[in-house]
Amino acid sequence: MAAELEFERPIHELEKKIAELKSFMDEKGIDLTDEIKRLEEKLSNLEKSTYSDMKPWDRVQIARHAERPTTLDYIGYLFSDFIELHGDRLFGDDEAIVGGVAFYKDIPVTVIGHQRGKDTKENLRRNFGMPHPEGYRKALRLMKQAEKFNRPIICFIDTKGAYPGKAAEERGQSEAIARNLVEMAGLTVPVICVVIGEGGSGGALALGVGNYVHMLENSTYSVISPEGAAAILWKDASLAKKAAESMRITAPDLKELGIIDEIIEEVKGGAHKDAKHQAELIDQVLETSLHSLLAMSQEELINQRYEKYKKIGQFGFVNDSIVVK
Amino acid sequence: MIKGLFVKKKKYATIPTGKVKQDVPEGIMSKCPECKHIMVTKELRKNLLVCQACQYHYPMSSQERIAGLIDEGTFTEYDADMISKNPLEFPDYVEKLESDRKKTKINEAVVTGEGQIDGLDVTLAVMDSRFRMGSMGSVVGEKITRAIEKAIENERPFIIFTASGGARMQEGVLSLMQMAKTSVALKRLSDRGLLFISVMTHPTTGGVSASFASVGDYNFAEPKALIGFAGRRIIEQTIRQELPEDFQTAEFLLKHGQLDGVIHRSQMKKTLGTLLKIHSEGRR
Repeated sequence: MAAELEFERPIHELEKKIAELKSFMDEKGIDLTDEIKRLEEKLSNLEKSTYSDMKPWDRVQIARHAERPTTLDYIGYLFSDFIELHGDRLFGDDEAIVGGVAFYKDIPVTVIGHQRGKDTKENLRRNFGMPHPEGYRKALRLMKQAEKFNRPIICFIDTKGAYPGKAAEERGQSEAIARNLVEMAGLTVPVICVVIGEGGSGGALALGVGNYVHMLENSTYSVISPEGAAAILWKDASLAKKAAESMRITAPDLKELGIIDEIIEEVKGGAHKDAKHQAELIDQVLETSLHSLLAMSQEELINQRYEKYKKIGQFGFVNDSIVVK
Repeated sequence: MIKGLFVKKKKYATIPTGKVKQDVPEGIMSKCPECKHIMVTKELRKNLLVCQACQYHYPMSSQERIAGLIDEGTFTEYDADMISKNPLEFPDYVEKLESDRKKTKINEAVVTGEGQIDGLDVTLAVMDSRFRMGSMGSVVGEKITRAIEKAIENERPFIIFTASGGARMQEGVLSLMQMAKTSVALKRLSDRGLLFISVMTHPTTGGVSASFASVGDYNFAEPKALIGFAGRRIIEQTIRQELPEDFQTAEFLLKHGQLDGVIHRSQMKKTLGTLLKIHSEGRR
């Protein structure tokens, strides 16, 4: 049973009440059909209003849901013949990032993604999906391999951020991330990135320089976690909910800011409710994106990526008639 | 030691809000914040703001940096009038920008332009930690990207002096994306066979450390500069152990293979000049 999310509590309470009435009716033989019907209608309306008007903080909770499908879940649904490849050939193998080769329909591709765990044991193994430099270097190695063999690359983004640790700094966390940004810019093959959970800052972006960047409806992408922002802004991490609203970190926000290409619809209540169906929704967007990129030349792919990032940002000039404010 | 200086800095690498503690010294006499040595300010300036006694490198403003580096009368600035908007409608952001513009006499946290070092043409970007802690928002990303494009257009080397707390929180994910924007431009520069030199000065952290600062054909740093991805306090909390005193200093990075060299300020122009000369001979 999925852990209850705060904003869904009224729905669950109503569901419980309906179930109680039904069993009461069966036991005592009293006809409550009308009452049940009324409540079911109410439930349907409540679901509609709750899920159609999700607040940023509701989405953060869904994006972080322990049972939210991970990279390996989607790889299982979307690709065939996946062979996982390990190691950066320099230091080690970071299990916070997984990657390998597979078929997408009948097209050979390279797939890479952040990988978190769904329970404590797996999370420890995966370092909660927070990579070290060797994770990013493994990813880059696989991207270069994909380029050599002219395979499109698909990246799934799902991390709280690059791991802030002593060893990570010693081995060049900054350089590993920076190198990926620069090298991804120059890849001669199609690169499609999909944010499936949390897109935490530079650690997310290091798999995120693509021709297309899509986000699942309830995923987030931010320069700092809401808790981090709240701690800085108001010296109080418990104001994360407020920070989530002002930082503009949801898929609709990023679409509006001109950063992402498409919002991929989620199953009602979040991807964790039906991972298989969610994979189908991703599949539709992925297929269209991939086919449009496969029609482009190497040079066109690099230029399209250049123009895409070049236009991100908002600025003015001192003498503009409407200056700031 | 150096720790005491950055008390305000020890928050989170991406979030530069604290004031720069050691601005340019005022008055006739100056006291070194490191060793308390008293010097004549004029002498200190002549010494490129390096303490004569302990070699402490004071933070330099972009104007001072350019004056000390670029041949006199050769500097032309780009995009000096570009200014930030407030895309997230962040409270107090506009006021903070305004007050930093007044304080620093520049419009944003990076100054870009072209000039000569020892008679050789370069395209230059100099970040200024006095302005919003040198943080990178849309304007910083755009100005650096445009400077790189100019370098490509003119087939000139690109040199950047970084000094930044990282991505600018007030512009949220737009700031994060400037890391990607500057990177696509640097890739194009590199593919054209052009030279890129990164000089990291105090402090270079977060999103700036994790993008252009770390991918020079040559990566240098000034002595004792703080350079790192995550903030010291965050790391200490995460790993629950004390970090060595020299953690995330230029010397620490050198030891761990992340830098080509740590260069004393008095040798900076000479070193860059020599490198430029090496690159101007032969094919490029």
